Amino acid sequence: MEVAIISGKGGTGKSSVAASLASIAKNVLLADCDVDAANQYLLFQPQHTEEEVFVSGQKAEIDYSVCTQCGNCIDLCGFGAISETDGKVMISEITCDGCRLCMRICPVHAISMKDNNKSRLYSGTFRYGHMVYGRLAPGEENSGRLVSLVRGKAKQIAAKNHYDLVLYDGPPGIGCPVISTITGIDKVIIVTEPTLSGKHDLERALETVSHFRIFAMVVINKFDLNLEISNEIKQYCKLNNVPIALLPFDPIVTEAMVNGQSYVEYAPQAEISVLTENIWKYIQNAKP
Amino acid sequence: MIDLSKNIKIAIASGKGGTGKTFVSTNLFNALQHANIPATIVDCDAEEPNVHLFLHGTLQKTTNVFLNVPVIDESSCTHCGRCHEYCSYNAIFHVPSLKVISVMEELCHGCGACFVACRDNAIHAKQKSLGSVTQIMINDQCCFIEARTRIGVYSSVNVIKAAIAEAKSDQIVILDSPPGTSCPFIQTANLADFVVLVTEPTPFGLSDLKQSVETLSQMNKMLGVIINKSGIGNTDVYDYLKEKNIPLLMEIPFSRDIAKAYSTGVLITSTDEDQQRGFLELFEKIRQQLWKSQS
Repeated sequence: MEVAIISGKGGTGKSSVAASLASIAKNVLLADCDVDAANQYLLFQPQHTEEEVFVSGQKAEIDYSVCTQCGNCIDLCGFGAISETDGKVMISEITCDGCRLCMRICPVHAISMKDNNKSRLYSGTFRYGHMVYGRLAPGEENSGRLVSLVRGKAKQIAAKNHYDLVLYDGPPGIGCPVISTITGIDKVIIVTEPTLSGKHDLERALETVSHFRIFAMVVINKFDLNLEISNEIKQYCKLNNVPIALLPFDPIVTEAMVNGQSYVEYAPQAEISVLTENIWKYIQNAKP
Repeated sequence: MIDLSKNIKIAIASGKGGTGKTFVSTNLFNALQHANIPATIVDCDAEEPNVHLFLHGTLQKTTNVFLNVPVIDESSCTHCGRCHEYCSYNAIFHVPSLKVISVMEELCHGCGACFVACRDNAIHAKQKSLGSVTQIMINDQCCFIEARTRIGVYSSVNVIKAAIAEAKSDQIVILDSPPGTSCPFIQTANLADFVVLVTEPTPFGLSDLKQSVETLSQMNKMLGVIINKSGIGNTDVYDYLKEKNIPLLMEIPFSRDIAKAYSTGVLITSTDEDQQRGFLELFEKIRQQLWKSQS
């Protein structure tokens, strides 16, 4: 079974809930698909890690010993990445999308492509099983493709080690990395919070998920910070036939994180931990 | 040179989501508005735009943002395969033996390479909608611009750029940036004069802050940090800022009242004069940082 935890809005407690679900499920392959801001490895300190280079894309580079400053590339670049500054044709590394058109049309072959190769894909073991995570190097792009690689690696390790469960900690938002995370999985848990932003983003996240016909469940984290909005979210989910669970605001979530543990490990008797166990039971038995 | 009396673009960003980025950007904008400083706020978090939940005004206009994607005219196509070869995004599917060629629009980045590649005049452009840019006037000198990506569209970068381009150049422009450190964040930060990173004093917050700082340093961007929900977690973030010599612009203590007000769409700078002063001080500090760098 493949289960993803996503959130729409960031900072709703998605990663904390995911870490706790992994602690409850045990014997799990945990894959951190939040490659912009991977955090699970901070809590679970994976061992025996293997490292692979991820080429996230390419950037165009001009060899000025060859360039004749003809400027043909400037007009053709669809991203506005090439300009002439003080009589010199320059490519902005930040704006270049790596499409290679300038390299192909340069009459004197002065342009070549350079790999972005600072991003990494890691895999290793941790206290409940195996872990796979990607880290996108600062400024590198294509996080959706890195997510696909994280998932590919996760499935490969899961098959080899006979894991029945693969848990994905997803990225925020509803764009490319999220779509890569949830494509073809069985169940998704959307963690939200009772704020206008949380509600709005949840609606967009549910709409995105509905394109994929995946079983979805909503968790309102910190529901007691605003009961009114929690109720509105409940109504919305009821109307759309989406099952829902509530978790209270509890400072132990942050305390647990500071102590390098999931909150279920740190305070197994706490109400939030017990409720999280119930969520896990429900998800396990839910029919996709 | 940046004219510090008027035109400053300030991006409010965070590596980790939910640290209070929109809280800071909407309140900063609101404080400027109350102080009669002409300002524009641009919601660049186009996947999950939220600024509209806090600001209300008169709808000015909505424009669609399009991408030019290729359409292949099969009657002229000779199946030479050059467009397929030119496409760096695998968006053109080609099986020469079966004479099958088709465009996968969702993979297309609109680079235009296939148009250049085709020698048979078999490719023309079609406009695909990526999302919209909406302009709302808050009063006669303050404006709110929202970038909103269509659900199911892969990249929000074009919509974000179109939204920022709509902002007046003679005003203070606040960019509510998308989270993370990938394409949408970089394209937003790239257009800013100063980046404010909002973080929280927890291990996750610090780890994500480091990643944002590294990214911005590579871009040679000026930056400062706001610690939100101070009092929770630990002091590692403070040590990191000292070690890296990064200015701490503001601290916002964790408070259930602030969280509650925010959750219902109320801006504390509208209801609390001390908060309003605090956000104007933040603006002054940012200006001083920029001024220091220029002198």
